[in-house]
Amino acid sequence: MERVPNEYGRFGDFGGKFVPETLMLPLEEIEAELDKALADESFKQEYIRILQHYSGRPTPLTFAPNLTRQVGGAKIYLKREDLNHTGAHKINNAIGQALLAKRMGKKKLIAETGAGQHGVAAATVAAHFGMDCIVFMGEEDIKRQELNVFRMKLLGAEVVPVSSGNRTLKDATNEAIRYWVAHCDDHFYMIGSVVGPHPYPKMVREFQRVIGDEAKKQFLAREGKLPNVIVACVGGGSNAIGMFYPFLQDDVRLVGVEAAGKGIDTPHHAATITKGTKGVIHGAMTYLLQDEYGQILEPYSISAGLDYPGVGPEHAYLASIGRVRYESATDDEAVAAFQLLAQTEGIIPAIESAHAVAKAVELAREMPPDETVLICLSGRGDKDVQTMMRHLGAREGEDIATVG
Amino acid sequence: MPLSVNPPLFIPFIVAGDPTPDVTIDLALALEEAGADILELGVPYSDPLADGPTIQRAAARALDGGMTLPKAIQLIGEMRKKGVNIPIILFTYYNPVLQLGEESFFALAQENGADGVLIPDLPFEESSPLRELGERFGLPLISLVAPTSKQRIERIASAAQGFLYCVSSLGVTGVRETLPETLGDFLREVKQHSRVPVAVGFGISTPGQVAMLKEVCDGVVVGSALVQKVEQLALRLQKPDEREAAVAEFAAYTRSLAAPLREPCSSR
Repeated sequence: MERVPNEYGRFGDFGGKFVPETLMLPLEEIEAELDKALADESFKQEYIRILQHYSGRPTPLTFAPNLTRQVGGAKIYLKREDLNHTGAHKINNAIGQALLAKRMGKKKLIAETGAGQHGVAAATVAAHFGMDCIVFMGEEDIKRQELNVFRMKLLGAEVVPVSSGNRTLKDATNEAIRYWVAHCDDHFYMIGSVVGPHPYPKMVREFQRVIGDEAKKQFLAREGKLPNVIVACVGGGSNAIGMFYPFLQDDVRLVGVEAAGKGIDTPHHAATITKGTKGVIHGAMTYLLQDEYGQILEPYSISAGLDYPGVGPEHAYLASIGRVRYESATDDEAVAAFQLLAQTEGIIPAIESAHAVAKAVELAREMPPDETVLICLSGRGDKDVQTMMRHLGAREGEDIATVG
Repeated sequence: MPLSVNPPLFIPFIVAGDPTPDVTIDLALALEEAGADILELGVPYSDPLADGPTIQRAAARALDGGMTLPKAIQLIGEMRKKGVNIPIILFTYYNPVLQLGEESFFALAQENGADGVLIPDLPFEESSPLRELGERFGLPLISLVAPTSKQRIERIASAAQGFLYCVSSLGVTGVRETLPETLGDFLREVKQHSRVPVAVGFGISTPGQVAMLKEVCDGVVVGSALVQKVEQLALRLQKPDEREAAVAEFAAYTRSLAAPLREPCSSR
């Protein structure tokens, strides 16, 4: 496999920088500083130190005995990104980018958020480092994720509602980029996934690979070999690339799971690689959901964190060379997996992660008991409890365990 | 034929299909009559990263009406038939061009009488293949420089064709009350490196700003201010008995913006 991205930020045909001219210099500055930082031992040590002492890394690798028994196939392990400070893998990247912003002398952060996890992570690191933080969030997502909106405000961030388009992550990202165009002289744009123009996909991957690096060591220590299959959910794809990247050269099956929403044969899904075509979104060439005239389509998923019409360009590349297989899980499959994990293991996953659980269970069932499946449990589901209540038709106060 | 224009240039921008394709043709005729030197025709896009709310809203209106990139290009053909003679530059984001196919895009644009192309999310580094293709079809790819371009100015200016588009200030398109104090210095620097006329756009909305800018560059682009005017007049522009008066009002507004360019310049 060739080394990606190349000097133009390309992963094969994908990636690059498709942005207004105004942003070219800020991107070049970030690129230069990132390369210096990644080669700087003291930067890496500070990053690791904060991950350990502030976020709580390394996160555990948890064997799921009850789930394994119930499924009746391969052994299922969970990489517990849900146990990070703020509840998801997003904090890894937020800490890394905030450190870089600090190195560049920027004290104002811009972020976009869908489910609110990246917004919360950005607001958290802004508070930790004494920076200002402005978070763009679609009005629809604000409704779906009011708890996270409140958390961001508690942390001192300004949450800006976005009313364009479908009022979800795509529109929040547009607005964040437009705001950055106007304020790039003193603001650092902290992108929440492996999307956007070069060097963001590379940068976010480098700050998320800690997931896969840790998992590899932990798995070897526990099982004495690598997992047979690794499964992770893919919206933009940052937890997935963080998990997959250290295993790309190994003999491990890697499976990304996109949101199939109400079904990939309906218009209501976010299965970008499965159903999308090549194009440019938010500054990068990748697969995206679009109509025949190149207008970007509104995606749909029960998970606000997955309904993004594009995908990280490195995933597009890995799909194109066949190194990672991308599949999808519907809302209903994710909801069932959400309940299954909660009730077998006492772990409530983020509904994003539940998509990975759904597919992993399906795969594990077909595998022999001496094989292993590792799931990247990207976040915890506290934020999704209300969504689940609504989806399961539960009324306030009703016993949720009896529903569904 | 390469785009050849003589300063000072008044370059208005409107969105194809806002509020309807028919009205766009009438507005183009009015702009030419009101003294436009080049027309920038915006292709509506769902996710316009370089545009502010005014143009976003116009794009949404046009998309709701069924406008597409091929239809916008064909609208140029219609404009030519109805007597629009000034050069027309297509302003489109890159993704619609990719989906139409780059070669088909240039072929259709050439066939319909377009004179150039401007793609705000295709920076210099990504633009070489398209620039070469444009040359084959005689359609220059208009380059942009921004206040952040700094060391990039020389490189971009040296490849500029037609005219060089200077972004006045940080930010997206939209009316601005004040332009940066450093704009004059920036434009003078760009002019030093440019072999083609230098036009400035983004935020220009008053005759006073036009008068000030003509001292330091070769032309001005006015977009959001005109699009806002179209928005105000949209209902009247769509009523057969009110359209003529509304178009006349639009033309008068355009003339007031272009007027300072036609007056003698103090230091040119």
